[in-house]
Amino acid sequence: MAMTMTQKILAAHSGKESVSAGELILADLDLVLGNDITSPVAIKEFRKLGKNSVFDKNKVTMVMDHFAPNKDIKAAEQCKMCRDFCNENDVTHFYDVGEMGIEHALLPEKGLVTAGNVVIGADSHTCTYGALGAFSTGVGSTDMACGMATGKAWFKVPSAIKFNLTGCLRRYVSGKDVILHIIGKIGVDGALYRSMEFTGEGLSSLTMADRLCIANMAIEAGAKNGIFEVDDITLNYIREHGGEEPVIYKADPDAEYDEVIEIDLSAIEPTVAFPHLPENARTFSEIGDVKIDQVVIGSCTNGRLEDLIAAAEIMKGHKCAKNVRVIVIPATQQIYLDAMEMGLIRTFIECGAVVSTPTCGPCLGGYMGILAAGERAVATTNRNFVGRMGHPESEVYLASPATAAASAVTGRITSPWEVMGV
Amino acid sequence: MKYTGNVIKYGDNVDTDVIIPARYLNTSDHAELASHCMEDIDKSFVNRVKQGDIMVAGENFGCGSSREHAPIAIKASGISLVIAGSFARIFYRNAINIGLAIVECPAAAKEISEGDKVEADLDNGIIRDLTTGREYKTAPFPEFVQKIIENGGLMQSIVNGVF
Repeated sequence: MAMTMTQKILAAHSGKESVSAGELILADLDLVLGNDITSPVAIKEFRKLGKNSVFDKNKVTMVMDHFAPNKDIKAAEQCKMCRDFCNENDVTHFYDVGEMGIEHALLPEKGLVTAGNVVIGADSHTCTYGALGAFSTGVGSTDMACGMATGKAWFKVPSAIKFNLTGCLRRYVSGKDVILHIIGKIGVDGALYRSMEFTGEGLSSLTMADRLCIANMAIEAGAKNGIFEVDDITLNYIREHGGEEPVIYKADPDAEYDEVIEIDLSAIEPTVAFPHLPENARTFSEIGDVKIDQVVIGSCTNGRLEDLIAAAEIMKGHKCAKNVRVIVIPATQQIYLDAMEMGLIRTFIECGAVVSTPTCGPCLGGYMGILAAGERAVATTNRNFVGRMGHPESEVYLASPATAAASAVTGRITSPWEVMGV
Repeated sequence: MKYTGNVIKYGDNVDTDVIIPARYLNTSDHAELASHCMEDIDKSFVNRVKQGDIMVAGENFGCGSSREHAPIAIKASGISLVIAGSFARIFYRNAINIGLAIVECPAAAKEISEGDKVEADLDNGIIRDLTTGREYKTAPFPEFVQKIIENGGLMQSIVNGVF
């Protein structure tokens, strides 16, 4: 029976020769992830089982990133609960302030995920690791608790949409523009319950940062997972970050897909998703004069070094527009260090931006950049739902780091092509 | 399982950020979460919801964040059942795992109105709008999922040795 990439990984992890779409399976997990918001609920559930320890102390990880460094007393209590649990269970990969970064930037950087893995995380953007050729998907806290206890999770085997990528991205266009374009095309439930599999000769022009960003937002199209075919770029990344030996699963040539969508990367323009859904994608011929109050460059979607380099290139030598607050958040400590050594932090500060320690903070309206009623932000984050970054009457416009940087400089939603004279 | 209640209705793409805004995720206390349920799209919800009420919504209900706080908040607010055209997959799992009754039924989701009295018999796959007299058929849950529901959620299923 011909299988997709995802189906092959799921078959291998459930002791079956083959699986088909719609089948319910129990799969072995290579990694179970939680953060400071979802883990406390999981820990409470876990305790109900009366188990003394997690199934494998090396295969459970918790990252204190959402409301950490602790934003208030309640957040402090939640982080403490995670810290105590990980100490009790001798969990190897517990990341607290000082070591932590935004989980989906941190785990690949630490080499905790490799090609062929099955990963669940109590965070919807766990689908990010599909960029590494892994099956990874977001779940809730109870699934996380069950995963921590048994090392297993149940799945309905998904069917898939194949995205055949051709061509090469234009200057100042990145993975974010690609995924916003795709979500604009198929809608926020366009891939509901399904896999999004990315393949084609266009892959070779996409960096790992582009791929991680694209896979990260598969959930915004409703997908169960997004996954990239493994190539030399993937293998080099895994090797450089000390990941375990990759296992490469390639889709069978005759695998069945619900749909095949052709994406010509060279035709993609800087793209912005208007409030209040990621599917409201527009290119600059459809964007008028939209004044902004805040810019956020960071998050699990776009807080990587390549993202900061792209933003700094545009902001260098400019000043942030009057009355625009610009917040830059390197996603991990390593990215922060690298950005510092490359002089990017100086560029941001001289431009008039603030640079924060890693945190998810503003992306979900937690803290560090909350919007007032009527305010607008351009953000490199992943969701622009009602009230996502603060007041229910505020607005979030999703864009790439280059577009966010260009907008920071002009004070209105601006294409990087305009600022850079492309 | 049978449910009877008055309908509170919403549209398509109700995301988990509006079901329970992230600013309240510094707690996992059920009653506290329920006290902020739906407030960013419907401030009146917490005051008008009554024990046993049925929530009806359009497509892609529960999209976005994986926060289990969302189905917890809905359940703790008194809602007995959510009927939607479709559910986002993480919300669907979470609801089953924590024991919030949900059912997909596009026709019912479209036609049932705010304030209608509805009766749902999930064992036999029938939803009746007692206000309009219309009846809708629903597909049964897969057997595997049925087992989780019968055992009172995922954790209890593990305790009972289902897995």
